[in-house]
Amino acid sequence: MVSALTIDEVKAAIAERKTTATTIAQDFYTRIRKEDSEIGAFLTLCEERALAQAGRIDALAAEGKPLPPLAGVPVAIKDVMVTSGVRTTAGSKILENFIPPYDCTAVARLEAAGAVILGKLNCDEFAMGSSTENSAFRPVHNPRDKSRVPGGSSGGSAAAVAAEMAVATLGSDTGGSIRQPASFCGVVGLKPTYGRVSRYGLIAFASSLDHIGPFAKTVKEVALVLRTIAGRDPMDSTSADVPVPDYVAELEKPVRGSGEALKVGVAKEYFGSGLDPEVRAAVEAAIQKLAELGCEVVPVSLPHTEYAIPAYYIVATAEASANLARYDGVRYGFRAKASNLSEMYRLSRDGGFGMEVKRRIMLGTYALSAGYYDAYYLKAQKVRTLLTRDFDEAFKKVDVIAAPTCPTPAFRLGEKVNDPLAMYLADIYTVTANLAGIPGISVPCGENHEKLPIGLQLFARHFDEATLLRVAHAYEGARAT
Amino acid sequence: MKVTDKDVAYVADLANLELTGEERARMLRDLNSILDYVERLSELETENVAPMAQVSDRYGVDESRQGSDRFAYAIREDVKDGLRPSLPHDIALKNAPDTDGTFFEVPKVIER
Repeated sequence: MVSALTIDEVKAAIAERKTTATTIAQDFYTRIRKEDSEIGAFLTLCEERALAQAGRIDALAAEGKPLPPLAGVPVAIKDVMVTSGVRTTAGSKILENFIPPYDCTAVARLEAAGAVILGKLNCDEFAMGSSTENSAFRPVHNPRDKSRVPGGSSGGSAAAVAAEMAVATLGSDTGGSIRQPASFCGVVGLKPTYGRVSRYGLIAFASSLDHIGPFAKTVKEVALVLRTIAGRDPMDSTSADVPVPDYVAELEKPVRGSGEALKVGVAKEYFGSGLDPEVRAAVEAAIQKLAELGCEVVPVSLPHTEYAIPAYYIVATAEASANLARYDGVRYGFRAKASNLSEMYRLSRDGGFGMEVKRRIMLGTYALSAGYYDAYYLKAQKVRTLLTRDFDEAFKKVDVIAAPTCPTPAFRLGEKVNDPLAMYLADIYTVTANLAGIPGISVPCGENHEKLPIGLQLFARHFDEATLLRVAHAYEGARAT
Repeated sequence: MKVTDKDVAYVADLANLELTGEERARMLRDLNSILDYVERLSELETENVAPMAQVSDRYGVDESRQGSDRFAYAIREDVKDGLRPSLPHDIALKNAPDTDGTFFEVPKVIER
């Protein structure tokens, strides 16, 4: 079945003329029309653009010309990344009819590599949420159990891959929004190092915490997509001028070389109370598998972990309050009827933003306001330094750190919507990597008794995605046997 | 640190949000609940800890230089050599709710 194909299989099928990029794209649209009414992953389909791209790939294949690295591969993009000429909403009513005039760099790089962009994916409004229930349009249903959430905020991106409505997708991760949905939906999701992938064209939530990253069914496919989108971009001054290794070639290197084993750190702070016993068992079994593969398991401590969520929710909301100030009804987006300018700003913002977005803007504004700046924002930034130092210390002793991705598997739709704090605590194992900027990946490592997916999370040093992907790939291979 | 009704009104003003009565009540409850949890940050001794505003300062800042030269790594090549074309005027206006063809039009700014 065409939707079950991996990136390599799509490329091979087109190169060998067994099928065409156009046929594959059409098959995926058929599947989307069939499956997505019950899932809700897509907000916009861009068939014209997709078929034009597929046609270009098919012309190259017909002439026997060499095909670009992602030729004909159907992908989809979280609706927080702008696509020129294709509606981009950020999951919000305030941008319900917004048509961007330019492409996000990561999207442009995928297309330049031959990928076929099928459409835009549903997400929590402005990437604020952990369940995609904050989408202003509709929630997303987890393909593994439709009564449950897919996670968030990149719920559509994870669900599309899990339901095989795209071969790979892009999401964004500010506090865990790629890794947590990957864990809930049973797919692979990577948050790269901060600055590894350009943020140009990513609708900003928190500029020092936002990351773009890939979802796919396998680690190798995630490595392929990362290799395509990573690298310095002059349009994003925070994108790092660090060479992009061939992540795919690095995958096959053994985790235990002659005499030298990779060290896997296990931090007790990630295995405390609140962790579901079945999740704990699955993650511990995964770590055991890594040991069997030849890795050395080393206990480490990340002592400031319990302060990560409060620090995150101050830093992220403060930055968000600044980034969302631009939505004022003047140049784009929803504009309410008003008799004067001030009223126009207030009514447009109050009418266009959902409750969670307003809550975070209020929290962030409060934390930055006169009299509170030192106690909250400055304090949180100092705690951020302490958290980063914890990782720096740990990475002196180990090469990767293994942990659960989330304390529980996917919860039910509606279960946490009325308790924002409970929702925030779902991010407890993921926000640390955003604060420190280190890369993190979630790979499936089992299921609970209700057949809900459980994710293993791995962290690595800044810009060491090669090691991260290598260990994840080795685990994935060992788990399959 | 207890948030009051007055605080909510003041912050909503700063954030340019016209909250309804129901929203203000919810906000009061939620903000207090969250800030209560955030209080635990004060348990940490951070007197001599430098604040970390962003990760990217680790990446290319040249500490040996002064002023904006420290951030030379982030300067765009095209700006160094001259300006490149920016968004055309008509494209920039395309998403505008109200325009006279040249400017964005908004309700009156100054109260008389």
